[in-house]
Amino acid sequence: MAEFAGYNTDGFYDEVFAPDGSARPAAQMLVERIESFPEGELARRHIAAEHALLRMGITFNVYADEQGIEKIFPFDLIPRIIDANEWEWIERGLKQRIHALNLFIDDVYHDQKILKDGVVPADVVLSSERYLQPCIGLDPPRGIWCHITGTDLVRDGDGQIYVLEDNLGCPSGVSYVVENRQLMKRTFPQLFGMSQIQPVEDYPSQLLNMLRYLVTDKVLSPEVAVLTPGIYNSAYFEHSFLAQQMGVELVEGRDLVVMDGFVHARTTKGFERVDVIYRRINDDFLDPTVLNPESMLGVPGLMDVYKAGRVALVNAPGTCVADDKVVCSFVPKIIKYYLDEDIIVPNVPTYMCWEDTDRKYVLEHLDELVVKEANQSGGYGMLIGPHSTKAERSEFARRIKENPRNYIAQPTLSLSRVPVLIDDHFEGRHVDLRPFILYGEDIYVLPGGLTRVALKKGSLVVNSSQGGGSKDTWVLSNPV
Amino acid sequence: MLSRVAESIYWMSRYIERAENVARFVDVNLHLILDLPVGIQAQWEPLVATTGDDEVFAERYGEASREAVIRFLAFDTENPNSIVSCLRAGRENARSVRENISSEMWEQLNDAYLLVANTSEQWAMAEPHEFFRDIKLASHLFMGLTDNVMSHSEAWHFCQLGRLIERADKTSRIVDVKYFILLPSVWDVNTPFDDIQWGALLHSASGFEMYRRTYGLISPNEVVSFLLLDREFPRSVLYCLSKAEESLHAISGTPLETFSNSAEQRLGQLRAEFAYAQVKQILKTGLHEFLDAFQTKLNLVGDDIHKTFFALRPINGKSENSEA
Repeated sequence: MAEFAGYNTDGFYDEVFAPDGSARPAAQMLVERIESFPEGELARRHIAAEHALLRMGITFNVYADEQGIEKIFPFDLIPRIIDANEWEWIERGLKQRIHALNLFIDDVYHDQKILKDGVVPADVVLSSERYLQPCIGLDPPRGIWCHITGTDLVRDGDGQIYVLEDNLGCPSGVSYVVENRQLMKRTFPQLFGMSQIQPVEDYPSQLLNMLRYLVTDKVLSPEVAVLTPGIYNSAYFEHSFLAQQMGVELVEGRDLVVMDGFVHARTTKGFERVDVIYRRINDDFLDPTVLNPESMLGVPGLMDVYKAGRVALVNAPGTCVADDKVVCSFVPKIIKYYLDEDIIVPNVPTYMCWEDTDRKYVLEHLDELVVKEANQSGGYGMLIGPHSTKAERSEFARRIKENPRNYIAQPTLSLSRVPVLIDDHFEGRHVDLRPFILYGEDIYVLPGGLTRVALKKGSLVVNSSQGGGSKDTWVLSNPV
Repeated sequence: MLSRVAESIYWMSRYIERAENVARFVDVNLHLILDLPVGIQAQWEPLVATTGDDEVFAERYGEASREAVIRFLAFDTENPNSIVSCLRAGRENARSVRENISSEMWEQLNDAYLLVANTSEQWAMAEPHEFFRDIKLASHLFMGLTDNVMSHSEAWHFCQLGRLIERADKTSRIVDVKYFILLPSVWDVNTPFDDIQWGALLHSASGFEMYRRTYGLISPNEVVSFLLLDREFPRSVLYCLSKAEESLHAISGTPLETFSNSAEQRLGQLRAEFAYAQVKQILKTGLHEFLDAFQTKLNLVGDDIHKTFFALRPINGKSENSEA
């Protein structure tokens, strides 16, 4: 049966089909296989997959739900396929980026050479809310700050892939990558077997190796823990999943205590030292004695132990300074400065509102651009020009003039689309891609990553809290 | 193992056992009422008394009617010991330690909670036996899974500890409350009604058939002896104490008959008291006094478990074991 009959790319870049309607080479086998299914087969497999998802309890929490009800993360059956050559290019680009960002973070908390040389304006960094004074002069174990990054990539209408942002805080979603893959192997075992896809199942081992690599002194078997804000956090499933897969303890702030200069966990056999903490709580909440005094999630005294080099925190506190959207726009210059290389995977072009020429351009083209606040994420404080009203635009114009440092603007991208099963037929939906990068002994990029789909028709918002779903991402081992 | 995790597992198990016990004695009482001779008023107060929440009940509901008692014990979310509250608390505890228990256990507990949360009170009032049977079954499934899919390591022993201490407490309360209500009045002795009432007491602890096999005829002294001092019946107080003691020692690694913390010491003393007790002597000094003292001692065991394993506190930046 011709499952894809009637599917239309509507003039968008489609990840599976070329503009002439033929399957792209990397997706050829997938399309053939699906077209060869007897009628109803795809629907049957879809139901089976959703059922499995329910039983596995792959869920995220909705905040402030007293009943503690977890929601299922919607999952689309048709994998997104990435060609081996393109992936090799993305992987090189991400490694380059993380390498340079780590040097940058280390520099801004030490000699600030890049600021003194005027490559990045000092006030852009020093005025950022994410630049943490207590981290100045800090030397994290092995000199690594950004151990785990979830960089968001998007593909524009002409096929070009851009970096949208680096998530250096606590990027989430990797548990869905691993679970989606298990589900896909059950759903399309034959197709999977034929396709030669790069594995993602070793992510927990890679993560554990990276975490243990951070223990530099002679600890025979370092204790690793995942620090979660608790069961009400929206990503609690992931915290629990990662701890379980790595075979380490999942701890909350109240389980930890600073004593005799080390961090200890309260156990049934007394206090046990903890050497590495993969913390899934934000910088502000880590240590109420140094950072946010209101925090109930952190551990009093943690920063002192960290500064003394007696515990490793992942990611290092202060890392998020490079997550600022304005700083992000300087990454091409940062890469040039530290590595003397040109950026491989480009940034989305960015206009900086405090530069006179850029600001003038932005104010004149508000109806075409996306305007973002430098310190916000998750779709807050944003103006999407083509979808905005006149009143909203004049409000943003006023705000930009008032506080130019706080605003950047980018062209409205025409995000690429993928076919998604809607009831009994396929429709195109917009996607992005979040690969996960680990920086330990080497830099490791998880092949593929989380493909997030905006399941609402025409929507560009892929966040799970706003009707987004996910797909498995297949990176082919060999070029087609 | 983390203290918080151990504590959650302990309470998860206690709450599920508690829900099952409440379901069992409400159900037994419903049966018992069907057999009451004409002219005798159905008794619902003792049921509330068994849970120890009689004061709260009187304040909120007043008269102990069938509807009020079932609502209070099964569905009242403001009663922390109602079936629905127990299952919710059990589930919340399980959710915070999901990576430490098996996914089968989690799914079963989730199902049990949803069963009660989605059951309409009207249906449960109309079909109470079916409802309470479902609750008991859910608890048995959970305990069965615990025994069969979880490694019998530290976490499992904390499960056992919670379950057995809860069960010992509940069995003792059933005996305490029922014994006085059932004390035969002269003209009831050896009537069918007498037999039925003592039978109901055994049913409340699921012990009717096992008692018959051991003792045959029903006699009050032997029923008390069976529920408190039997060495083989898994709901008797002595059995619960012995098994709880074994788990406690498995956790600490201390050999039996010795102790390394106050929980072991106190539980050992309590178990010995029961192991060497005789029902005649207990009745001579007063059953109620004996059971009252037992419940106080059992609570102290619970406190000691809390202090020894869950509530570690650093003092002046130095490690200080609460047992020191």
